[in-house]
Amino acid sequence: MSGPDNTPETTDHNPLSPEVIERHVAAALTSIEAAGDLEQLKAARLEHAAERSPLALANRSIGELPGKEKAAAGKLVGQARGRVNKALGARQAVLEAERDERILIEETLDLTTARTRRAVGRRHPLTLTAERMTDALMAIGWEVAEGPGVEAEWLNFDALNFDKDHPARQMQDTFFVEPAIAGLVLRTHTSPGQARSLLERGAPLYVAVPGKTYRTDELDATHTPVFHQVEGLAIDKGLTMAHLKGTLDRLAQSLFGAGVTSRLRPAFFPFTEPSAEVDLVCFVCRGDDTSCRTCGGTGWIEWGGCGMVNRNVLKAAGVDPDEYQGFAFGMGVERTAMFRHGIADMREMIEGDVRFNEQFGMEI
Amino acid sequence: MRVPVEWLGEYVSLPTDVTGEHVAAQLVRVGLEEEGIFGSEVTGPLVVGRVLELVKEPQKNGKVINWCQVDVGDANGTGEPQGIICGAHNFEVDDLVAVILPGGVLPGNFQIGARKTYGHISAGMICSAKELGLGQEHDGIIVLTQHLGPQATDLTPGSDLRSTLGLDREVVEVNVTPDRGYCFSMRGIAREYGHATSADYTDPAKLSVDAADKGGFAVELNDDAPINGVQGCDRYLARIVRGLDLTRSTPAWMATRLTEAGMRPISLAVDVTNYVMLALGQPLHAFDLNSLRGPIVVRRATPGEKLRTLDDVDRALGAEDLLITDGADNSILALAGVMGGASSEVSPTTTDVLIEAAHFDQRSVARSARRHKLSTEASKRFERGVDPDVTAAAAQLAINLLVEFGGGTVDPEITDVDHRLAREPFDFTLSQASALVGVDYADTKVIKILEAVGCEVNGDGPVVSVLPASWRPDLTDGPTLVEEVARIDGYDNIPSLVPAAPGGRGLTASQRARRTVANTLAAAGLVEVLTYPFVGESVLNDLGLAKDDERRNMVQLANPLSEESPWMRTELLQTLPETLRRNIARGSRDVAIFEMDTITQARIGAQAPVPGVGERPSDEVLRQIHAAVPAQPWHVAMAAAGDLDRAGWWGEGRAAEANDAASWVRLVAEALNVEITARMTERAPWHPGRCVEFVTLDGKTVGWAGELHPKVVQRLGLPERSVAAEVDLQVLLDQGLSISQASPISTHPVAMSDVALVVHRAVPHAHVEESLRQGAGDDLESIALFDVYRGEHVADNEQSLAFRLIFRASDRTLRTEEVNAARDGAVKQAAADHGAIQR
Ligand SMILES: [Zn+2]
Repeated sequence: MSGPDNTPETTDHNPLSPEVIERHVAAALTSIEAAGDLEQLKAARLEHAAERSPLALANRSIGELPGKEKAAAGKLVGQARGRVNKALGARQAVLEAERDERILIEETLDLTTARTRRAVGRRHPLTLTAERMTDALMAIGWEVAEGPGVEAEWLNFDALNFDKDHPARQMQDTFFVEPAIAGLVLRTHTSPGQARSLLERGAPLYVAVPGKTYRTDELDATHTPVFHQVEGLAIDKGLTMAHLKGTLDRLAQSLFGAGVTSRLRPAFFPFTEPSAEVDLVCFVCRGDDTSCRTCGGTGWIEWGGCGMVNRNVLKAAGVDPDEYQGFAFGMGVERTAMFRHGIADMREMIEGDVRFNEQFGMEI
Repeated sequence: MRVPVEWLGEYVSLPTDVTGEHVAAQLVRVGLEEEGIFGSEVTGPLVVGRVLELVKEPQKNGKVINWCQVDVGDANGTGEPQGIICGAHNFEVDDLVAVILPGGVLPGNFQIGARKTYGHISAGMICSAKELGLGQEHDGIIVLTQHLGPQATDLTPGSDLRSTLGLDREVVEVNVTPDRGYCFSMRGIAREYGHATSADYTDPAKLSVDAADKGGFAVELNDDAPINGVQGCDRYLARIVRGLDLTRSTPAWMATRLTEAGMRPISLAVDVTNYVMLALGQPLHAFDLNSLRGPIVVRRATPGEKLRTLDDVDRALGAEDLLITDGADNSILALAGVMGGASSEVSPTTTDVLIEAAHFDQRSVARSARRHKLSTEASKRFERGVDPDVTAAAAQLAINLLVEFGGGTVDPEITDVDHRLAREPFDFTLSQASALVGVDYADTKVIKILEAVGCEVNGDGPVVSVLPASWRPDLTDGPTLVEEVARIDGYDNIPSLVPAAPGGRGLTASQRARRTVANTLAAAGLVEVLTYPFVGESVLNDLGLAKDDERRNMVQLANPLSEESPWMRTELLQTLPETLRRNIARGSRDVAIFEMDTITQARIGAQAPVPGVGERPSDEVLRQIHAAVPAQPWHVAMAAAGDLDRAGWWGEGRAAEANDAASWVRLVAEALNVEITARMTERAPWHPGRCVEFVTLDGKTVGWAGELHPKVVQRLGLPERSVAAEVDLQVLLDQGLSISQASPISTHPVAMSDVALVVHRAVPHAHVEESLRQGAGDDLESIALFDVYRGEHVADNEQSLAFRLIFRASDRTLRTEEVNAARDGAVKQAAADHGAIQR
């Protein structure tokens, strides 16, 4: 840069003149501003801020200046490079934000038909209904007892005060196990579970007995030879029919909602005295529609049988009937589920068609 | 029991606007549940018509029809005569007839309209009794003056005939419970209606009974084998009517009542005995007197004796059957209380009749009826108990009716062999009613109710002596009387109280565990189903069970629903595949199901004693009872076909495969935190190369899983490659119900190392895994087989297994050399155990 004469160079020719520097800055800023994406910005950076850019070259030439001029030139070029870098940074941030946003848009998925790849299974509404029924009784302090389906004839009948000549003990109602001398039947109700509990644990006793039961009915819309019951048995001092009614009301409300009440109707069972059948207020018409198909217009639907436990049942289990008394009831789980869920045909519940279960969730 | 409302009104006062619905509502309150209400099936305009004109028109087929003009008043809306075609010829001009106009409906849903026939428009129909459902006679249409007698004089054309002809009558059918035999009579039903409403009741059995006169037909009661010490017949009353004309017809009112009560009118003698039975509940039998030589002997049958009953069936009699016999030749006249024999049957030519009114033991009749599968109106009543005090009144009512409608005269002699035991009163503590029902009944109220139901009550408390009515053999102790008090006072008066139970243990561990298993399987994609437990030979063969397979050792039913399925299943997979098949057959392609239930293991030769009612058996007898009941452990089984993972926009589906079935068993075990191991095995119904058996650490079999045998799949009609598993849940429940104990969790970093080992194809993967585990030392956290290779890079009889071993120490970060040493140890062990070579 030194010349033989001292004639000052024109600004155009002095690479460190403020005008020249300002021109470089202006060119850089224009180019940065014009960068439409990160690629173009990278090119602008190369051209205006990299090693071979005019400002870098200008910076390098400062070293050739006389000492006293170095400081001013350094400051001039430094400020210029600062402005360019700042603009680069700002533009970089803007373009990165734009890119990030665009990527999110590009990555959009339609999740409206998403579902598990593994089909969801289901419990069976009958087993869930039985759980509901036993849980309602557990909530008032009862326990759950069980017994076998192939049961001793004595426990299924005699222990429950069914005389040898009782009609239910005939072949047309009960499945008998071969040979007759085995003394075994398929239980016709879950009541032998009550007898087992009483024999095993004595009084006081509050148990619910869910289970599978068998009668020699042909399968049709309202009968099935294999069905389910939940029985209740409460034996204590001072229990009355009022407690029976209270328990049934509580059970009914827990299954069918508040306001559903029960009605007791005189009936006959060998294992209870007094005996009753329990009806529920029709929850379709609540007794207000004489043409209601659910209740046949009577306002009531039959739910199950119940009564005060016969003294002979207590005696057969070794419980003193003068000290303890109590009540028992039995409800069909199928019937309860049919009422609760508006199931018209019992066959749907036992055929195992998975489409039937799929109408229900895991809580029913 | 069908209760004609009109008949009921004869014995108890009914409201003037009584309806069947009202009667049913009252009866249900006292325990007679409504089964149905029946009315006439005739609806629409049924009116009086006067025949104005009758033109006989012969037809080509030789038949002659009547083209009638009938005055029906204003009933047709015009007042003009109604043109009607009628084929009957038992009437003439000016007769009053029953006309149903267009818009009416006759029984059988026969719609009446105006229709073109025989060249005329016939607008309606002139009805016969049969067409109106009033009887079986079909010899012409109803001529009202003949049909109604004097009552017909008030009739004017166009007036409504429904009530005049009794077509507005209703019948209420109620269910009679077995303890209340007396309600199998109008007498009993009327009494109960009176209890329900306090309406005035007139006992139809309170009629004037002829004073007993000695003599009469000889009768001997010779029961030498009473059942439970009770005489089969404790009263036999016989009365004779001579000179009857039994060709005369039963009066219309009686025929109507019988029809309404559900019995078909047959002949005067039969109708009268049925009528008395329905009225008073006492079954009667009418013998043709001239077929009897006597004496009548009531005795038990001797084996080998036979009787042809009135239904023309020859019956082989058993030693417990009670018989009515003719002592002259020992011939059998009737199966006592059940059905008569053909030989002494009354016929239209019979003139002299012996009426039997007897009281038979409930149990004896019940057993005979069941032995011969012969439930009759008589047996139904005797089984449930007939009032032993109504015998004489019933016989009296029968002969009164026979004489009134069949003529004849009554013999003054009455046979009345009466061996009845006096009924015994028993003590009753009045407060027991309140104590059992939970309603505060005053002593006076209790006594009043007991007296209302016919009890004699002596004393005024706190303990009274009660003698129940003769018609209430069911009232035997305090609670039976309490039921009467609660019933008559009304069950509706019982308050609702929730008892305070002492609180329990909640579900047992086993009950909770079963819920967990079911919920886990459902969450894993299986649908819970229920199947019937009955199986037979063919399904066992289809499943490929060998003849000596222990699973064929089954509990057999004496009276199965189907002879093809007489046994109780010993595995759930004996019945579950059929449900899988049904789902597929109904169009479901991808189905995975499970069932949780008990199975039954036969105990050959076990006998459960059957002691009687009302007494706790000895400990030894109870032990025998419990010991004879077959073991019924809980099982869970799974079966699947089609895709387990479904196809969709995300990609291909994945079919259920053997590994899935095995994984479900693992899943169940893991849910219950029971450690199990696996080994390949061969077992029906699985594919011999694709069946894995799971066992507990102490060697108990937990179950089997895999792909079903191709032949089994074919025989059962299942999709190819169907998979299944059977789990003895009881084994898991017995193991998994202890309280799990925790170990500290290491927070040090993990180190991973993969090894590929070449071993012989016969070496089970689980064995290689176990060797690696043993050789890897204590810092091995987990191990998993992640690739199996069989192909060109290994020998034909070899396989390459790639395992990932994950190491983590509980107290430090493992160094690379330590991890490598542990991995080398693992490989060395596998090499030593199985000749494994690291690739
Ligand atoms: Zn309703």
